[in-house]
Amino acid sequence: MTISIDPQKTNNESLQPKGWVRYFSFSLDHKVIGIQYLVCGFLFYLIGGTLASAIRIELASPMSDFMPRDVYNQVLTLHGTIMIFLWIVPVVNGAFGNYLIPFYVGARDMAFPRLNAVAFWLIPPSGLMLVASYFVEGAAQAGWTAYPPLSITTPQSGQIIWILSVLLLGGSSIFGGINFIATIIKLRRPGLKLMQLPMYCWAMLGTSLLVVLSTPVLAGTLILLSFDIIANTGFFNPVLGGNVVVYQHLFWFYSHPAVYIMVLPAFGLVSEILPVHARKPLFGYTTMVFSIMGIVVLGLVVWAHHMFTSGTPPWMRLFFTIATAFIAVPTGIKFFNWVATLWGGKISINSAMLFSCGFIINFVFGGITGVALAQVPFDIHVHDTYFVVAHFHYIVYGGTVFIIFSSIYHWFPKVTGKMLNEKLGILHFVITFIGFNLCFAPQHWLGLNGMPRRVAEYDPQFQFVNQISSLGALLMAISTIPFLINVFLSVRNGKDAGDNPWNALTPEWLTSSPPPVENWQGEAPLVEEPYGYGKEISEQK
Amino acid sequence: MLNKNIYLILIISLVFAISFWIGFNVNLLPAEASINAPIYDELFKILFIIGLIIFIGMTIAVIYSLFKFRKRNDQIGDGIALEGNLSLEIVWTIIPSIIVLLIGLYSYNIYDRMGGMKELNHNHEMMSSNTEKIWAGISQTSDNEIAINNLSIEVSAMQFAFLFNYPKGNFISGELHVPVDQKVSMKMESKDVIHAFWVPEFRIKQDIIPGQPTILNFTPTKVGKYPIICAELCGPYHGGMRASIIVEEESDYNEWFNKNKKPEVNL
Repeated sequence: MTISIDPQKTNNESLQPKGWVRYFSFSLDHKVIGIQYLVCGFLFYLIGGTLASAIRIELASPMSDFMPRDVYNQVLTLHGTIMIFLWIVPVVNGAFGNYLIPFYVGARDMAFPRLNAVAFWLIPPSGLMLVASYFVEGAAQAGWTAYPPLSITTPQSGQIIWILSVLLLGGSSIFGGINFIATIIKLRRPGLKLMQLPMYCWAMLGTSLLVVLSTPVLAGTLILLSFDIIANTGFFNPVLGGNVVVYQHLFWFYSHPAVYIMVLPAFGLVSEILPVHARKPLFGYTTMVFSIMGIVVLGLVVWAHHMFTSGTPPWMRLFFTIATAFIAVPTGIKFFNWVATLWGGKISINSAMLFSCGFIINFVFGGITGVALAQVPFDIHVHDTYFVVAHFHYIVYGGTVFIIFSSIYHWFPKVTGKMLNEKLGILHFVITFIGFNLCFAPQHWLGLNGMPRRVAEYDPQFQFVNQISSLGALLMAISTIPFLINVFLSVRNGKDAGDNPWNALTPEWLTSSPPPVENWQGEAPLVEEPYGYGKEISEQK
Repeated sequence: MLNKNIYLILIISLVFAISFWIGFNVNLLPAEASINAPIYDELFKILFIIGLIIFIGMTIAVIYSLFKFRKRNDQIGDGIALEGNLSLEIVWTIIPSIIVLLIGLYSYNIYDRMGGMKELNHNHEMMSSNTEKIWAGISQTSDNEIAINNLSIEVSAMQFAFLFNYPKGNFISGELHVPVDQKVSMKMESKDVIHAFWVPEFRIKQDIIPGQPTILNFTPTKVGKYPIICAELCGPYHGGMRASIIVEEESDYNEWFNKNKKPEVNL
């Protein structure tokens, strides 16, 4: 535990590689690991995005004419798996969690730095293995849900590599979760109370609890599935008396909480960003904390709403409807609180703020369709259609990915000491926001009118709307160009940011930018009011 | 202050008016062709209107804040140090809870009217022994009607087709023919992987699961030809796994049925 807390002994700067080389090393520095997570995640985002473009090209015409049908299923499986397990989960948890949590609790590193480095270094090999499985015998083609018996009957090598890869990524996620819980609970600097922590710590505490409770269930399920595939056991194989619905229960017991694993950290990040740029305290800190914990508890008992059309008895459908719909209450509280945080502030309209506001609008839309989908009779018609595809992209892209970009604009000066170019940033936001909505809003209509998801061919009457959607996808692909140009130009030639360009009060800004290896030159500061805007400044000046 | 409240009330009524207008005038759904469809569309309309009110309201609040409270060039310092407002927070906890609860109760009512809450094991004596476990489905019929009805159809799904077995006529068809305004009862089972039976115009969907029969009952109300779509990823040709349901007048149906009927074979 004390490995890196004692500066003289281990984190001796001369022993650690310096410069860009340290990002390719088994570094124990939480800041280096955070950036490793972010850059690695972004590279996989580019791969997943290329696959998404391939899907939208295929769907620009009603016939299956761009790629063979089985390759299309491999592409959609890889797209889902990569975006979830290699982009969103590692970035909102691993990248920002590693970079920010030690600052927020006033520590010099995470509780278990070596476990932390192991957790990161599991990701690149398992990700590469997943992508490489395409070149073996074809990648997995049963969707990211891998429902048996389809996953048992499709070519085995791809499915087995998929399982192995997801198991390793799940392991990485569990290691990270344990590390975050230990760091937040045990490594707080003396005098810092739990209720004084920045909101992102609470979000990560809740998320890590979900990770530690539910990811092992996925691991167990996938191990049983791999037995069915390799050893001809009959856990889920109906030919041998197995039960396919049991797999769905076990899978969604992880994979619904996984939605909160992707979304709760984004809620935390936006709670850090909005007060800084609105120059106002976070509205309703205590209710925010309770609503996070409420979402954690409710998030564990809603999984069967993914199974309203499979073999579920009526009473179960009803229970999960009510439980799911009630998640809207704590989530709604958070959104009202964020709008109240903006209200009466002195808002700087910059890229970070725009992406955060885009997140609020998109997520409210996705949340509303989510409450509708929770209603059994509503879901029965639109389940497994493009309506659902549209809904969850509003949550994970319109929600979480918007916040990832917002966070990059917000913390880039912290990490590099340089500012990102605002004009390119706003251009990035505008293209992303228009492209995203153009791509996914029409898909609601497609689902309602009879287009199922995961199809390579569809009824020609849907061609025009699909082409609008593909146009939106093209804009989304283009939107990464100004972003990448911005990052590459600013890293070298950006305007100097100084230590605290936003005049923020959270602890990570109370050191130099970029921070020293030990995070602070002296003692970590005690920040009792991380959101004390409006009063701190008047006292200081 | 009074002036401000008037504006607020004005905006809120405008949001409600717009939402109701859109909710009643914009139709996002396909044709209604079963007795489930109007019930479903009623739920859809209510959820659509509530959703629009919340979405338009929140969007206006965000965009208004960005304009009204943006930092002007001559401004320095922070906004007001407002850390919370308990009564406001209680209000926006309780009101959404009530809305969510009402929606839940209402959708329970809708689901019940669709026949979703019926016990499934009772009404299938014709097709399955009492010991066989029937899993989920929607059964929009009173208990004994199906048993006497001769519109019991056995659906088997396989990669990548549906087959419809008419036990009364002792024949199998690749097209589902049903007479209009009569209750149809289907027992469905898959031969390989999971499929799903979806007719968008009927607003019904049920997975077809290997090893576990599911049932689905419906009553078509409009003559016509509608697509049956597989809605569960089932392999490379999943997108092409479609069939047709042909709803026809009873006389046309009987003609079709008698043409295909095979004589009983006594062994």
